[in-house]
Amino acid sequence: MSADCILNVDHLTMRFGGIVAVNDLSFGAERNKITALIGPNGAGKTTVFNCITGFYKPSGGSLKLTHDDGRKIQLERLNDFRISKQAKVARTFQNIRLFPGMTALENLMVAQHNALMLASGLTFLGLIGAPSWRTAEKRAIDLSKLWLERIGLLERADDAAGNLPYGDQRRLEIARAMCTEPALLCLDEPAAGLNARESAALSELLLSIRAEHGASILLIEHDMSVVMEISDHVVVMDYGVKISEGTPQQIRDDPKVIAAYLGADEEEAIAVMESGT
Amino acid sequence: MGVTTPAAHSSAAAQAPGAAFIFKKALISALVALVLFSLMIGVRTEAGSDGQLTYWTRFGDLAAMVATVFGGSIVVELLRQWWGPVGTVRIVPPSVQSGLALARRGIAPVLLTLTFLVPVIFYNERYILDLGILVLTYVMLGWGLNVVVGLAGLLDLGYVAFYAVGAYSYALLATNFGLSFWICLPLAGILAAFCGVLLGFPVLRLRGDYLAIVTLAFGEIIRLVIINWQSLTGGPNGVTGIPRPTLFGIPLTPADDGLAALLGIEFSPTHRIVFLFYLILALALLTNWVTIRLRRLPIGRAWEALREDEVACRALGINTTTTKLTAFATGAMFGGLAGAFFATRQGFISPESFTFHESALVLAIVVLGGMGSQLGVALAALVMIGGFELFRGLEQFRMLVFGLAMVLLMIWRPRGLIGHRAPTVFLHHNQAISSDLVKEGHG
Repeated sequence: MSADCILNVDHLTMRFGGIVAVNDLSFGAERNKITALIGPNGAGKTTVFNCITGFYKPSGGSLKLTHDDGRKIQLERLNDFRISKQAKVARTFQNIRLFPGMTALENLMVAQHNALMLASGLTFLGLIGAPSWRTAEKRAIDLSKLWLERIGLLERADDAAGNLPYGDQRRLEIARAMCTEPALLCLDEPAAGLNARESAALSELLLSIRAEHGASILLIEHDMSVVMEISDHVVVMDYGVKISEGTPQQIRDDPKVIAAYLGADEEEAIAVMESGT
Repeated sequence: MGVTTPAAHSSAAAQAPGAAFIFKKALISALVALVLFSLMIGVRTEAGSDGQLTYWTRFGDLAAMVATVFGGSIVVELLRQWWGPVGTVRIVPPSVQSGLALARRGIAPVLLTLTFLVPVIFYNERYILDLGILVLTYVMLGWGLNVVVGLAGLLDLGYVAFYAVGAYSYALLATNFGLSFWICLPLAGILAAFCGVLLGFPVLRLRGDYLAIVTLAFGEIIRLVIINWQSLTGGPNGVTGIPRPTLFGIPLTPADDGLAALLGIEFSPTHRIVFLFYLILALALLTNWVTIRLRRLPIGRAWEALREDEVACRALGINTTTTKLTAFATGAMFGGLAGAFFATRQGFISPESFTFHESALVLAIVVLGGMGSQLGVALAALVMIGGFELFRGLEQFRMLVFGLAMVLLMIWRPRGLIGHRAPTVFLHHNQAISSDLVKEGHG
């Protein structure tokens, strides 16, 4: 935990009435690294995400974001859209939330809303077609084009997002999140529903985002091939608490994790694993 | 019948149901008709001379009715068979189709040119000119509401409130302070926009039916305030003697300093009508221009994104509060401008002009036109207002015909006359987005 962390989750607790979805969870996401949050269904992973991205207000604990320039932001004090606008945290959703009736290009343009809003002089300069607005719009289109090219959708830029195949929609949602130029990218099950080839392409995309854009990534994922391949650090949750954390190799060998996934007690689980290998 | 292939023929034939199917369907329809009409038509009851109940049977009429349903059902079924393959086989030659597409693209400029020429062609027909002004007023209102309902997807049932605010702003400012129309016009727009923000705040958290109810209430509140605030608005008596608009200070009157005298032509009351026609045309086109521009700006895209998915908007750092408020304010501003025009055209306004009926009419225009489509809204206003006048001869059946027409239109085109959405920006080619994908918003 002494490492340079972009996000520090300290004693995070989230209660819904009598149900404790997340209980006293602490972990850190290192800068320019890929941190995976895994756990069985209902472990509270998405709740953690919703707390980080401001959709829920945590019942307790703190979420500290440290930017590259040393600026510190307490995420639990910001609400919904400010998390993305000021703290530069972007996210994708477990069930894709694109704007289905808008084209792929428009989806990426909407993501640059705040930058474009300033450039259009809060609409007034844009309304009269000021040259500064035109150049800003051109730049925004260029950035969108760049991302469309990276996810291989440049040819389908003018197709409605809702018409794209499932895998393309997943990638478009990631590109849309990246168009907000985030410091921390939170991905909620990006590989869900992808075939093996698409998962491999996704892993490649995420690695290149980390390498070329300096974005730190926090992801929830069930697809262990993706998690083991690209994660630098893995945090395992079950029933709202952290049961293990470490490198992918450490997690793979942790009897507690195996037990949580197989629903057996430790000795049995180890026996199962050993007989399997 | 050019391009049908044999394969297409055989597939169409395979889909076509047999005569037995049609006969069975017609029989069922006839049976339902028999049950329904046996009491409604078969037996006629009336109060006799002493107040007793007399009745007689009309089995002949009943039989005729059932036979009509039977025959009609067969005809409809046959028609459907004939229609069915048309959509898939495309018996229309491609050349005609491309011609149709061209016509569709050309319809807006043609309509605009025709509109400009209306006062020239129908100079002596006061009725047509008045109707034109009325239609254009509703086109403008429709375009204004389209921002809120069509783009931002917020269902507003109280749009007439902003129309009223605009009308009363001009009427009161002009009669009390003697301000000219051209000064009052922007003021009316600003005041209406302010009211839009005022309405926006309480409804920010509301969705769907709840939003509709609150906006409906807002429309009623404004009307009731106007009725009851007698000292300011004159209550139910309204405001009279609202000054007519001037051509930048030159009045359109027979006086010596009037426009006719200045130009050295003979005065005619038609001058003012023509002037009003071009005035509302200019205002409507301004609304259209601003809306089209706004759609291509980040704020317009944010409105549409809000309609598509509000949660995703928030995740992208879009301030949904201000985005919604600007949509309400922009729509309200255009409503206010239209209201100011209404006041100067009528010369007299009273709360009776601003009932829920107006809100419903404008909303019907937007929905009928296809939410979000500028051309669709203009066409719908023409059909609704013009069509309403067309059926004037039918007297009390007017509403019936009209309601039937609307139901049929909604069956034929469930997403309005122009249901598809045009993208605001494109890289390679500008292709319309099917209405199946475009969301209707949560309001």
